[in-house]
Amino acid sequence: MKPLENYLIVDFSQFLSGPSASLRLADLGARVIKIEKPGTGDICRSLYTSDLIMNGESSIFHTINRNKESFAADFKNESDLKTIKKLLTIADVVMHNFKPDVMQRVGLSYDDVKAINPNVVYAEISGYGNHTDLKEHPGQDLLLQSLTALTWLTGNQNDGPVPMGLSIVDMLAGAHLAQGILAALYRKAVNNFGALVQVSMLESAIDFQFETITTFFNDGGELPVRTKSNNAHAYLGAPYGIYKTKEGYLALAMGSISVLAQLLKCDELLQFPENKFALRDKIKVVLAKHLKTQTADYWLSVLEPADVWCAKVLNYQELFKEEGFKVLDFVQKATMGDGYAYETTRCPIKIDGELFTSGKGSPKLGEHNDKILEELMHG
Amino acid sequence: MKPLEGLLVLEFSQFLAGPSAGLKLADLGARVIKIERPVKGEACRQLSIKDLYVDDSSMLFHTINRNKESFAADLKNPEDLEQVKKLIVQADVMTHNFRPGVMEKIGLSFDNVLKINSKIIYGAITGYGDKGSWANKPGQDLLVQSLSGLTWLSGKSIQGPVPFGLAVADLMCGNHFVQGILAALLKRIKTGKGVLVEVSLLESILDVQFEALTIFLNNGGKLANRGNVRGSAHAFLSAPYGIYETQDGYLALAMGDLLLLGSILEVDLGKYTDKKSWFRSRAAIRKILSKKIIIQTSDYWIKALRKKGMWCEKVLNYQDLNSKAFMDDLQLRQTIVYTEGETMTTTRSPIQIDGTILSSKKGAPKVGEDNEKIYEQFLSN
Repeated sequence: MKPLENYLIVDFSQFLSGPSASLRLADLGARVIKIEKPGTGDICRSLYTSDLIMNGESSIFHTINRNKESFAADFKNESDLKTIKKLLTIADVVMHNFKPDVMQRVGLSYDDVKAINPNVVYAEISGYGNHTDLKEHPGQDLLLQSLTALTWLTGNQNDGPVPMGLSIVDMLAGAHLAQGILAALYRKAVNNFGALVQVSMLESAIDFQFETITTFFNDGGELPVRTKSNNAHAYLGAPYGIYKTKEGYLALAMGSISVLAQLLKCDELLQFPENKFALRDKIKVVLAKHLKTQTADYWLSVLEPADVWCAKVLNYQELFKEEGFKVLDFVQKATMGDGYAYETTRCPIKIDGELFTSGKGSPKLGEHNDKILEELMHG
Repeated sequence: MKPLEGLLVLEFSQFLAGPSAGLKLADLGARVIKIERPVKGEACRQLSIKDLYVDDSSMLFHTINRNKESFAADLKNPEDLEQVKKLIVQADVMTHNFRPGVMEKIGLSFDNVLKINSKIIYGAITGYGDKGSWANKPGQDLLVQSLSGLTWLSGKSIQGPVPFGLAVADLMCGNHFVQGILAALLKRIKTGKGVLVEVSLLESILDVQFEALTIFLNNGGKLANRGNVRGSAHAFLSAPYGIYETQDGYLALAMGDLLLLGSILEVDLGKYTDKKSWFRSRAAIRKILSKKIIIQTSDYWIKALRKKGMWCEKVLNYQDLNSKAFMDDLQLRQTIVYTEGETMTTTRSPIQIDGTILSSKKGAPKVGEDNEKIYEQFLSN
């Protein structure tokens, strides 16, 4: 039994942040109905990444919107709005990620929805909350990474700002929104009243950096300094980083330099009897030079038996061949209403040993209008 | 009323993933008690960033464990274990991130615990799940990033693998753990029974890559190509997406109409009228843009670009960010008070409920700081 069975979520959100939250809730058992603008639908449908077009639409859309239904309706059209409101009266959760004021203008603000559905959980994601300096700024992932200084943590010291190469802030905001919604649903189940849940990408990006920003707040305002080479964390000492070997790359987490010197038979490392933070650049240079003399597999065969924290660096092709990956059963097939099938990943959470898989692909725009209208008529 | 008020969570988890989830639950209103070994306490107390300590424990520990209580108990001591079991009887949730097998040995596996509390939500975090040859590998963030393929998405191709410079696997796993625990609470309301929640660092960091993995699964198994231009920001997005150096700093350009951008910057992009070339020729295009953008200041370009609706932002560092008015106005900093009235500044919960910020002044506890109080309330009869 899935934990959110019998919950209905009406989702107005687009792109990644909001829809990634509703995907999680769908996988946990909720029924998610996307409300999309007739004609174009969720803008994400045509947000192509790489050259890949899947069944006429973007790969991102298919990834994020599987296991959902689509109801095409225009809330600027009066009769559509009436239908939407009918749907909202039976929803447990309503979500959107429009800019502040949009829902107000169409008469679907929290107060409006509460008037027709008193115990609703109303959830919204914004870029920056409701701050006047930022209200008009687009809530876009790279811009948020840049604004919140996240770009100074990845890469090496002389690389300039290096963003994290996927939409991490969107994913964080989506994860936090799902948390807020679930917490509100719990309170609703116990106390029988609804909630307004709000998350912004700005707050999520800062929360993500809570360790490093708190350090900055309390160390006299020093900026993070990445190591000159092999950086993996601006605030951690050597050997923490990834190293090139004769064949392949090796990741080394925290560990003792003198133990490494012994195991790797690297006498040059013995000049660092104390693993001082200030010496990390020098240590890394010595280590990097030495590790190039053998293959990653060789080093692993020396380090792993001694319980040194290390791993090989894999790409997707290599990862997919590993038994450690295969046993996860992480890939699933999703099939759309028209029979188009694609492979994607599954929900990462396991409850009572149950993997939350779903064979249901993403919906075509308006695919479920008839079904939903029928239900509303007889509901 | 905070949404999780009245819930009692026992946290056996250490380091980052589990305790970051405990912090989220605490900020949402749950009472979170850390179960720690006497004297030394949780291992993270001795794990410091830049040698920063605020009392006997690292500032890092204080950042992750504010708004919690501490109950010191030695799980290998039968008397202490009895007390912990008595606490478990009255708890709603317990979490741990020991390697597979450890809780079984102590006698606190899910099945053991169900016998004394049939309604327990039992949350376990592992590195790689409990099956297969990776199950006993150390569940450490950088190692999980490295195995998962994540390191091929950031930076430029000549750099080789570039890890994310934060414990992203730990933190996303902590976020998923919170989701799982909250969903389990909803399941318990329906069934009246205890629930087992399991997440792993590896599955969580794979989930973060769901877009990139889905592309890989449907493009014939081709690997991502980050390109080899400085400031590359996403292996799968077309030009202009990326970061560009200006005369006095850096700016970020998100997706947008390249030809409009060309006209604002006054560069000739006539060769790239076909939208498909924006992806295929992104390296060449980004080089053209870079050459022009560097001759003016960030503010100059931001003003010109915003006027035409282009999505752009200045790249800030922590000092710039910290001086912004919105840091105060949105209360993005909060001051917490730890033992004996000393204070430190940290961030707060990113979730707002009913228009209220979930703030809390309560700092992290000392090891066993709340033993007496907890004994009085839960164990004295």
